[in-house]
Amino acid sequence: MTVHRVVTGLTLGAMMTMGAIAPVLAADDTIKVGVLHSLSGTMAISETTLKDTMLYLIDEQNKKGGLLGKKLEPVVVDPASDWPTFAEKARELISVDKVAAVFGCWTSSSRKSVLPVFKELNSILFYPVQYEGEESEKNVIYTGAAPNQQAIPAVDYLMSDDGGAVKRWVLEGTDYVYPRTTNKILEQYLLDKGVSKDDILINYTPFGFADWQTEVAKVKEFGSAGKKTAVVSTINGDANVPFYKELANQGVKAEDIPVVAFSVGEEELSGMDTTNLVGHLAAWNYFESVDTPENKTFIDGWHAFIKNDKRTTNDPMEAAYLGFNLWVKAVEKAGTTDTDAVLKAIVGLSVPNLTGGTATVLPNHHLTKPVLIGEVQADGQFDVVWKTPDVVPGDAWSDVLPEDKGIEADWTDPLTGCGHMDTATKTCTTAPSP
Amino acid sequence: MATRLLRLTVLLIASLLVAVPVAMAQSQATPALVDALGQGGFPQREAAVAALVATTDQRVVPILEALSDGDLYTRKSDGKVVLAAKAGGGFALTDPLDQSGLGTASPSDIDKVKINNGLRGKLRTAIGQMTLLSTDRAVRLSAAQSVLKAADPSTLKLLQAALAAENDPQLKNVMELAEAVIVLKTDSPLAAKRAAIQTVAGHGDRDALTVLTAALATVPVELKPDVQAGIDGINNQLQLWGLAQNLVYGLSLGSVLLLAAIGLAITFGVMGVINMAHGEMVMLGAYATFVVQQLIQGYLPDLSDWSLMISIPAAFLFTGLVGIVIERSIIRWLYGRPLETLLATWGLSLILQQAVRSFFGPTNRPVLIPDWMTGQFSLGGLDITWNRLWIVVFAILVFAALQLVLNRTPLGLQMRAVTQNRRMASSMGIRTPFVDAMTFGLGSGVAGLAGVALTQIDNVSPNLGQGYIIDSFMVVVFGGVGNLWGTLIGALSIGVANKFLEPYVGAVLGKIIILVLIILFIQRRPRGMFALKGRAVEQ
Repeated sequence: MTVHRVVTGLTLGAMMTMGAIAPVLAADDTIKVGVLHSLSGTMAISETTLKDTMLYLIDEQNKKGGLLGKKLEPVVVDPASDWPTFAEKARELISVDKVAAVFGCWTSSSRKSVLPVFKELNSILFYPVQYEGEESEKNVIYTGAAPNQQAIPAVDYLMSDDGGAVKRWVLEGTDYVYPRTTNKILEQYLLDKGVSKDDILINYTPFGFADWQTEVAKVKEFGSAGKKTAVVSTINGDANVPFYKELANQGVKAEDIPVVAFSVGEEELSGMDTTNLVGHLAAWNYFESVDTPENKTFIDGWHAFIKNDKRTTNDPMEAAYLGFNLWVKAVEKAGTTDTDAVLKAIVGLSVPNLTGGTATVLPNHHLTKPVLIGEVQADGQFDVVWKTPDVVPGDAWSDVLPEDKGIEADWTDPLTGCGHMDTATKTCTTAPSP
Repeated sequence: MATRLLRLTVLLIASLLVAVPVAMAQSQATPALVDALGQGGFPQREAAVAALVATTDQRVVPILEALSDGDLYTRKSDGKVVLAAKAGGGFALTDPLDQSGLGTASPSDIDKVKINNGLRGKLRTAIGQMTLLSTDRAVRLSAAQSVLKAADPSTLKLLQAALAAENDPQLKNVMELAEAVIVLKTDSPLAAKRAAIQTVAGHGDRDALTVLTAALATVPVELKPDVQAGIDGINNQLQLWGLAQNLVYGLSLGSVLLLAAIGLAITFGVMGVINMAHGEMVMLGAYATFVVQQLIQGYLPDLSDWSLMISIPAAFLFTGLVGIVIERSIIRWLYGRPLETLLATWGLSLILQQAVRSFFGPTNRPVLIPDWMTGQFSLGGLDITWNRLWIVVFAILVFAALQLVLNRTPLGLQMRAVTQNRRMASSMGIRTPFVDAMTFGLGSGVAGLAGVALTQIDNVSPNLGQGYIIDSFMVVVFGGVGNLWGTLIGALSIGVANKFLEPYVGAVLGKIIILVLIILFIQRRPRGMFALKGRAVEQ
C-alpha cells in the first residue's frame, strides 16, 4: 500500500515536472520569425510576394542547419492593408508568438503604426521597402532605399541629357505620408536646382484610385508647354494598374512624357500587358534582369521553392534577402536572439547583395545600396539604362531639407544611441512630426 | 580675315559632304555598319543609327524598327548583330540585312541590344524620315507625324519632296504643319514665317500651342504680336474644349455610377431593403467575367475575342441566381426590419468577400482587354478613350433594357405595383414573395453587368465592390428611389460634378465636396430628386 502510494506520488511528481519543463524545452527547439505583410486588400498586390520570399529564405536557412543549432519557424499574419491592424498583429507576434524578429510592412503608414509597439516591447523590425526617410529608430533596420538612394538619383538622371533633360515636373502620388514627404524633399531639391515653381505640379489621389482620366489629361496638358516634361510617380498599390492603362489609352508615350515610378516593380507589372508602357522608368536598387551569378542563384532557388518559373523577383525581395542574411549574421555574432545584443552586433556587418556589390549596415540603421534606373520592356522586365558606379550610403535625414541640416543618427550602441542627433550642438533632439 | 574665309570654305565643303549622301542615289548598308549597333554605350549606338540612316538604304528601316521593338541581339561569340525571335526554348536567328537564317541559339548565347528613351525618340524620327515616301498610306501617316514631332530642319527638303507627291488631304495637312513648324524654327523670310504662324495657329490644338509658345522666344520682334494672337486664340479654344472634355469625363464616370447603382435602386425601391452586399454582386460579376475568360482560353481558344461579350449574359445569370438565393434564404425573413437587414447584408458582404478570397486568392486577377477597347480617338478637340465610350454605350443599353422590362413586361408591371402599394398589389392577386425574389435577382443581375464593365477599367480583386457601394448609395439617395430616371440623372450629375471639381481641387477634396453637397441637398429634399408621390408610398 505505502509502496504503491510512493510510486504513484513519484510518478505523478515526475510527470508534473516533465509537464512544466516540456513546453520550455519545446520552445527552445525553434526560433520564431514574424512575417507581417498584407495578404489581402489594396497592398496585397505588392506584399504577398514578400511573405513568400520570407518563407523561401527561412526554408533555405533551415536547409543549412538553422540558426544557433535551432530550426527557424515562420509565423505569418495578415494585417489586410489596414494600418491599425498592423500594430495589433505586430503586438500579437511579439508578445504572444514570442518571435525573435519581425520582417514586414510596406507602406510608411503601416510602419509608423507599428513603431510604438516595437519600441514598447523592444523587438526588431526589418523594413524592406523604399521609403521617405525622416526616420531612424533603434528598433528598425531599414533595408530599403532612403530618398538619396532612389528619388534624388532618379531626378538627377531625368535632368541629365541621358534622361531627356527634363525641365517640367509632375509629382503624382498616393495621399499618405510617404509620397507627401518624398514630394516635399523633391520639390525642395528641384527648387534648389533652379526649377521654377511654375514648372512643378503636385497631385495626390487616394489608395485604390481607379478613374485616372482627369489626372492623365492634366499631365498631358502640363506637358505641352514646350518644355520636356516628366512624371515622378509615388503611386502605391493596385491604383498603379488603372493608371498605366489610362496612360497607354491616352497615348502618353515614354519618349514624350516619361513616367519614373518608385513603387512599381516587376511584381506590379506582372499582371499587365506592358507593350504600350515600354520606356517608362523605375528607380530601384535591384532589378531581376541584372546578370550576376548571385542573382541567378537566387532566382533559380526562388523558382524551385515557389514551383513556378514565371514568378518575378523585385527590389523589396532583395531587401528582404539582405535583411534576413544580416539578421542571421548578427545573431550568430551575438550568440543570442536577444534584441539589444543583436542590435549591437548588426551595425557594421556586411553581406553581398544580388547585383555584385555589398550591403553594409550603417550606424543610422540604413544600408549601402547601388542605384539603378531601368526602363520597362514589353515582357514586364526592366532594362538597366543607368547605375551608380558604387554603392550609396543611406541618409536617414535628407540633406535637402533645411530642417535636417546637420542631423545624423547613430545607433552603434543601441542603449545610448540617438536617432535624431544635432551634430552642431551634439545634443539628441526629437524629430519634428511629419 | 583669311582664317575666317578658310573656316567658311571648310564649313561649306562640310555641309556639301553632308548634303551629298542625302542627294546621292542609294548606298548600301554594310554588315559592319549594322554590327556597329551592338557596340559601345548609348552615344555610340546613336552614332551608328545616324550612319545607317545616312546610307538611305531602305533595308535599314526594318532593322531600326527591330531595334526599337527590342528584337535586335548581339551574338556573344563574334559580336554580330542578329534578329532573334523566340522559338522553342531558345531563339531563331536571322541576318538583319538579307533575312538569311543563322540557326538557333540559347538565351545565354545572345545579348539584347539595349536602347533608352532618348534613342527611342531618335529611332522614331529616323524611321519616319526614311518612310515618308512609302507606298503604304498608314506608314506615310505615322512617318509624317514623327517628322512633325521632331521638326528637324534637316528634313525640310525631304518634307517638301513628299508634299509635292502627296494627294491625301489628311497627310497633306500633317506635312504642311510640319513644314510650317520647321520654317518657324529656321532662318526664313518674314513672309514665309508669317504664313507659317497662320498655318500653325489654324491647327488650333495643344501641339500647335507648344510650337507657338516655343516660337515666341525666337521669332523676330515684328512677328511677336502674330504669335501672341495665335497663342491667345488657341488658349480660348482649348478652354472651351477643356470644358467639353470634363463633361465627357463626367458622363463616363456617371455611366459607371449608373451601372453600379441602378440595381440598388430597383431593390431599394421595390422592397425597401438596404442591401450592403450590393458591391459584392458587382464583384461577383467581375469574377464571372474572369472565369468565362479562363474557360474560353482553356477549351475554346478561337472564341477568345468574344469572351467579354459572352461574359455579359453569363455574369447576369450568375449574379441574378445568387441574388435570388440570397433573397430566399436571408432577406425574406427580415422584411420590415431595416436594421437587421442592414446588418445581415453587411455580414453577407464580408462572407462573400472572404469566400472569393479563399477560392481565387487575395491578389488581383487579370482580365484581358480586347483590342477594340484600347486607345483613343479624337473628335474635334476632344480625346475620347474607346473603353469609356463603350461603357457609356453599354450603360445606356442596360438602362433602356431595364425600362423595357419595367414598363412592357408583366413582371415589370407587378414590380411597379408592389413598389407603389404592396398591400393593394397583394390583394389584387400578385404573388409578392415571387415578385420580391425576382426583383432582388434582377437588381443583382444588373450589378453583375456593372462588374463586367468594371473589369475593363478597374482591378478585379475581392474588395472591388467596396469601392462602389458608397457611391451607389449616394446615387440612389440623391436621385430618389422608385424611378429609374432619378437614378440616371443622379448618377450623371454626380459624375459630371465630380469631374468638374477634380481638376481644381484634386480627387480627394472633390469627393469630400460632393458628399457634403449631397448631405446639404438631402436636408432640403429628404426623398431625393425624383421621389415617388402618393399616399401609400410613405410606408
